[in-house]
This record gives sequence, C-alpha cells and structure tokens, in this order.
Amino acid sequence: MPNSIPGSDDIARHVLPNGIVVLVRENFDAQSVVVTGSLAGGAIFENPVQAGIASLTAEATLYGTQNRSYDSLHETLESAGMSLEVSAGRYLTSFDGKALAEDLPILLDLMGDVLRNPVFPAEHVNVIKAQAITGLKYNLQNTRYMANRAFYELTYPVDHIQHRGSTGTLETLSGLTREDLAAYHEQQYGPGAMILAVVGAVKTEIVLAEVEKTLGEWKNDRQNTDFSQPDVQKLNEIQYRAVTLPGKTQSDIVLGVPGPSRYMEDYVPASVTNHVLGVFGMFGRLGKSVREEQGLAYYCYSSIEGGIHQGPWRVIAGVNPNNVKQAVDSIRVEIERMINEPISSEDLADSKANLTGRLPLRLESNEGVAANLLALERYHLGLDYLRQYNDMINALTVEQLQAAMQHYWTADAFSLAVAGPELNGAAY
Amino acid sequence: MTVLRRMGSGHEVTRHVLENGLVVLLKEVHSAPLISFWVFYRVGSRNEQTGQTGVSHWVEHMMFKGTPRYPAGVLDREIDRNGGIWNAQTSFDYTAYYETLPADRIDLAIEAEADRMVNALFDPEETESERTVIISERQGSENSPMFWLNEEVQGMAFRVHPYHHTIIGDMADLETMTRDDLYHHYRRYYAPNNAIVVVVGAFASAEMLEKVKAVYGGIHPGDAPPPVVRKEPPQMGERRVNVERPGSTAFIEVMYRAPAVSNPDWFAFAALDSILGGPSGPGGGNIDNKTSRLYRGVVETGIAASASGHLYMTSDPFGYTITLAVNDDRTLEEAEAALDAVLDGLKTNPITQKELDKAKKQAKAAFAYATEGVTGQAYWLGYAEMLDSYTLFTDFVSRLEAVTLEQVQQVAEQYLRPSQRTLGRFIPQMENEAHA
Repeated sequence: MPNSIPGSDDIARHVLPNGIVVLVRENFDAQSVVVTGSLAGGAIFENPVQAGIASLTAEATLYGTQNRSYDSLHETLESAGMSLEVSAGRYLTSFDGKALAEDLPILLDLMGDVLRNPVFPAEHVNVIKAQAITGLKYNLQNTRYMANRAFYELTYPVDHIQHRGSTGTLETLSGLTREDLAAYHEQQYGPGAMILAVVGAVKTEIVLAEVEKTLGEWKNDRQNTDFSQPDVQKLNEIQYRAVTLPGKTQSDIVLGVPGPSRYMEDYVPASVTNHVLGVFGMFGRLGKSVREEQGLAYYCYSSIEGGIHQGPWRVIAGVNPNNVKQAVDSIRVEIERMINEPISSEDLADSKANLTGRLPLRLESNEGVAANLLALERYHLGLDYLRQYNDMINALTVEQLQAAMQHYWTADAFSLAVAGPELNGAAY
Repeated sequence: MTVLRRMGSGHEVTRHVLENGLVVLLKEVHSAPLISFWVFYRVGSRNEQTGQTGVSHWVEHMMFKGTPRYPAGVLDREIDRNGGIWNAQTSFDYTAYYETLPADRIDLAIEAEADRMVNALFDPEETESERTVIISERQGSENSPMFWLNEEVQGMAFRVHPYHHTIIGDMADLETMTRDDLYHHYRRYYAPNNAIVVVVGAFASAEMLEKVKAVYGGIHPGDAPPPVVRKEPPQMGERRVNVERPGSTAFIEVMYRAPAVSNPDWFAFAALDSILGGPSGPGGGNIDNKTSRLYRGVVETGIAASASGHLYMTSDPFGYTITLAVNDDRTLEEAEAALDAVLDGLKTNPITQKELDKAKKQAKAAFAYATEGVTGQAYWLGYAEMLDSYTLFTDFVSRLEAVTLEQVQQVAEQYLRPSQRTLGRFIPQMENEAHA
C-alpha cells in the first residue's frame, strides 16, 4: 500500500508561465479523475449594485462557448458520465470536474473552454436569472439561510464581503443582463490567483501537457486580484436580530463571532478549540449539553471557517421556538467555560487523537485529496503539511487553545440571530 | 456457505451465512488503511403499524444511548478518539449502522455492533430526552415545503401498505409512543437472523470472517419477524392533493407506482429514469441532468427552476417521483402542462438508442464513482443484499447494459400512465417577506 498521505515526493507542483499553479497527485486505485480549482473571481470583485453577478456569471459559463453550443457541451459531458460545475463564493470562482480517467483530456478541454470562451446566450441567461430569483425567494423563507444572513450582517462591517454575501438581492439580480455577465467575465476571469489540482488515475506528465495546452496561453491584464477588505473588529456587545417567518415550526439559531482567517497563526489552535466545543463525538460539549442531556435540539454544533479573510466562528442549532432561550443560555454556558477554564487534558487528548487519526479518512477520496491540495497552495502551507500535521496537532497545549478562545470570544459580546416562528419571549 | 462474486476493480465479494442466520459480506480493498463495518437490520418504516409510525427511526436513535458495556456517550468518544466516523440511517426497508475506522482499530466496531445488537438499554429517561430530539428533527424537516408535500403525496399514493407514512413518523405517534413500544420493536427485529454484516476495506477475508464468527456466532437467533402482509391494492385513477402553506415557491411532486427492485422491469425503469431526469442509481448524483428530457422540457423552457426524477430501490413496489420547483413568474398549471408534455413525448417522440446508450455510459461512470470509497461500497452492498441480493449492486452496470430499447419503451407505457400517479401541488399561500 503506498503512503496514503500526500507529500512533496508524490505531489507534482508546476507553475505555468502565466502563473497558474498546477498540482497533480496520481492515484491508480480509483478509475476516476477529479479536477478542481479556483481563481480570483468571487463576489468580492463585484460592484455592489450588481451583487450576485459573480455567482450568475459562473453558472452561465456552462451555457455555451465560442467553440461549443450549449447542447454540444452538455451532450459531451453527460454522454461520458462527466460532471463540471463552476460556482462563485465570496472570494473565489471555483470549478470542479469529475470523469473516468480515460476522459480527462476531454474534461480539461471543456473546462478551459467554459472558463475562457463563454458566450452567455441571452435566452439561457434569462432562464438562469429566473432560477436564481426563484432560489433566492425560496431561501428568504428558509430559517437556516435567514439566520445565517442576519448573523453575517450583524457581525461584519457593511462594506465587508462577509456582510454582503454572494447571492445578491432580488433587486440586483433582476437588473443583470447578458452584457453585464459578459463584461464581468471579461474583466475578472483569468489566471490570476488560479490554482488547479488534478487527482486520479492519470499520469502527471499527461496532465501537465493537457493543462498547458488548455490554459497555458491564457492572459487577462484587467483581472483584479486584490483580495483586501476592511478590518474586522472584535464585537464589544451582544448584537441580536430575530427574523420571523410565518408557517415554520422550528427556530434556527446562529450565535458567533468573527474567527481567524486561515492565514492567522492561531487558526490551528482555534480550530482544535472549536473541535472540543462543538465537533468531537456528538457535537462536542455543545451537543452533550443541548442535545444529549437536555434533548433540546436535533443539531447543535459549532464550526470555524477560516478562509482568505476572517470567516465566522459560530454555533448553529435548530430548536423548538419555546426552547430558544434555554438553548441560547446553554450555548453561552459552554462558551464561557471554554473562555474561563482550561480545557482538560483528557478533552485535548481526545480531539488530538480524532484529528490525527481521521486524516486517512479525510484523504480517502480523490475529492478529499484535491481539496487539501488546493488548501496547501492557497494558504501557503507547504507540500509536506499533511505529513507534518499530526506532529503539529500533537504539539498543541491547553494554554494555546485557551488563548485562541480568549482571542476571539468574549462572554457578553457576540452576534445572535434567530429565524423561525414568532418568539414568545426573549431569546437571551 | 460461501459465494464469490467479482466487482469493479477485480476484488471479490464473499458471502457467508453463520449458523445463527447472520449473513456476512466481505470485500477486501487495500487502497487506503481503512475498514468500513456495517450492520443492516431488515426493519424500517415498512414494518411499522399505525400508532407506532416512526418507531424504527426512534429505535435507531436509542441504539446510540448505551449498553451496560458501553454507556451512553462512551462510543461517541471511543470512535472519535480512534479517528473513525460512525452513524446510522433508517429507511423504508432497513435500518443500518456503520463505523469506518483506521484498519487497525476495527475491532472496536465489531465488538460495539455485536453488543448493541442485544444489549441496548432503552433507559426511560434517555427515551424521554430523545423524544424531544426526534420531534425537533421532524420540526426541522417541517420547515421545508417539500417535506409537507412529500408526506401528503406518499400518504395518498399508499393507502394500505406501510409505505403510506414517512420514515420520521407522524407527530401524534412521536408524542405518544412509550419506551416499551420502542423496546419491543428492538427485541422483535434486532437479531442475527434478521441482519447482515458488511465489511469492506484493508483486511484479509479469512481472518475477518473468523473475527466476525467469534464475536457474532454466539448470539442467539430470534423468532422470525412477522411478514409485511398489507399489500397495496391497484390504483384506479389519478389522485391529486394540494398543500397550502406559507411560502414563496410552488412545487409539484408526482409519484407513479413503480416495481420492487426484484422485478425484472426495474432495470429498464432505471434506464428510463436516467433518460427522463438524469441518473439516480449508485453514484448518479455526481452527474448533471441538463440533457435529460425533463430538464429540457421544464427547466430550459424557463418554467421550472429545477426538475429531478427518482426511482426508489425498495423491497415492495413503491414509487418513481418527479419533483419540480416552479419558477417565480410561472404557474403550477404551466408547470404541470409542461411536465405532461414531456411524458406524452415518450409516445410521440420515442426514446432513441442514443439516449439509452448515454444512460448506460452514465451508469458505468457513476458506478465507478460509487465504488471508490470503502464506506460507500459497504453501504451499497448491504443495501442491495437487504432488498434482494448484493449482486444487484455488483452487477448493476451489466444489468443496465442488457436493457433494450423495447423494454424501456414498454416500461414507460406500463408505469407512466396518469391513472397510476398521485400528483401533489404545494401552493404558497402568501407573498410574505420575512421581518426582523
């Protein structure tokens, strides 16, 4: 059995002349190949009056190119059982493809074509726009979506992309035209900040030759690659918003603060602290209290996002509206414990054992490996990061974890958003 | 008794039956140092009576609430401490539990699953605490319009057979079932002669079989569980139901009667499903459906925001569903007409060999994707064995490849008749905006 943990001796890293970084790892145990990557094209580069354009443009790239009609493109993809998606988040435009290994050249060719040469046919753009508006209207009635949206608005400055999000509004989406999408593509799609990872039953030299052929000549001097954002301040009081949605039977709670970016030194200790708080076992300490002991919720967990800028560190729970205050109180108790008391050595040992022991499982699939390769490159972690991971986790101390908790959390300063039926009393 | 079968990458699946009736499926996969260990029980919502709907799913939750050997919470910690994952799922026809662990830790799963096959506590306090968790799970689903619509359509499509009710169960039953109801259900269905063990991963089969025999061989078989006898009578005409609730998006869900997976028609129906709405068999979720007839007919035309079909794999005849989310500026009537036009088109514009060939290639690719991880492989082997035979999965591609154009056309004509469907419409009641 080969070493299941990728490292510098079995990851090929190649930089094309236009700056695109290509990472390849061969895996002949599977019959498929996964191609995944991202470039500087997310909502951060939008004009706010066109909010949602990054997302709509990404979707619309798949509706025909200068070389292929919509029909031809999708017949080629689906006839071979391939998949190809392009999507935009807050910072990046991402593309993900999967195929049987024998079809890799076709997949790469299609991917290059949709990224470089989309034509945005008006009739398809109108259909995609209608879909996006319908999807947004649906989400405006979705408790989870609305609680998160309120949380982001409470937590981040109004001119920060975390505040605005990437979905746009009904107003901005309605105003977008095919010309707008084409212009956004012309400006923002290019090799800037682009990383591509290919993992599967393919030879590295073949991958590199195909990628060079497809993307090697791509240039775009207009592409904005400046990811800078306003500073995010630590919250200094409780910020609360309730969103009432008629006809719902459960309330969604999001309680949190701005967490670390993936570049910050205390990201790793913070993520281990989060693991103790709301992940280990059945949702960590939060799950033990809110779900297992009190039976208040089917889910109550915490997550830490990291990312290019300070993503949220938040607790998410779904509870009966009559139990919102009890659940919020219990969540606060666990957060205060994490701030004020050092994590027990047993809890720390548990989380370390889990995070290190689960590494092979995280890396079992081609998708899992590819996602990790992208992160190694995007966050400058080094090709041997995964092999050093266990030592790094095992070296963490209780003090480092508590310091990370105290860095981001204060007992009486957080954002709290609740979406669901009308509440009878206070939420906190 | 041992049977060998090859699959996918050339590894053999071996099937064994222990003296107590426990079926054991083993497949070696040495691409990663992992093993996935599953136990399937032949019990699901199909085995439930009115008054106890949802009991199988609630029992599944109680299986995580401890035994004398592993009190509540201990295994959560142990599995996680050992770098593994574990979970469970309840379906119409089965309840399944699994652990995927580093290969050298798999004994923990083997021991734990054997222990809770017979020793789950069902502590009364834990039962009450879990009642509110289960109700919360249902209420979380109720926040989605599609949950209400699906519950109504399924309930109307099946009047007699227990497929009538949803897996989560009716709120009335979740509020009133007792600890003893749960425990009796557990004792009746959880026994080696009503279970299948599936192990996939980095092990030597002979050694693994001995381990399983040593731990499970001594468990006494139970009485044969009662058969499900309430067959659904033939449907005599289209059934329709409206669900009217607050919301902004209209939906249509249509359920056609469909054959059990053991019926020879099933694979032709799977090809039809792929042609109509994109593949939904093993690994099918990885492949888009923009060239499917449904997408072209109702999404590309701007009438629906999404369209999908799903053919269920079930023990007894169940359903083929088509779901549409209607675009904001279009009506339910337009969507229904467009859907009917697609289905009528099966007669006026018969399925072509090219479409069938595409469905077969998609199945081949999707199957390859589904067999890449040990957890997914173990799931599909167990699921298929639970319904009929694990060869349903190992032979999935070859059986689909054997389907002819005539068979697909015949299945379309036989099953997709308006008289054999239940059509549900979610009618959003107000154009309401959330308010803060």
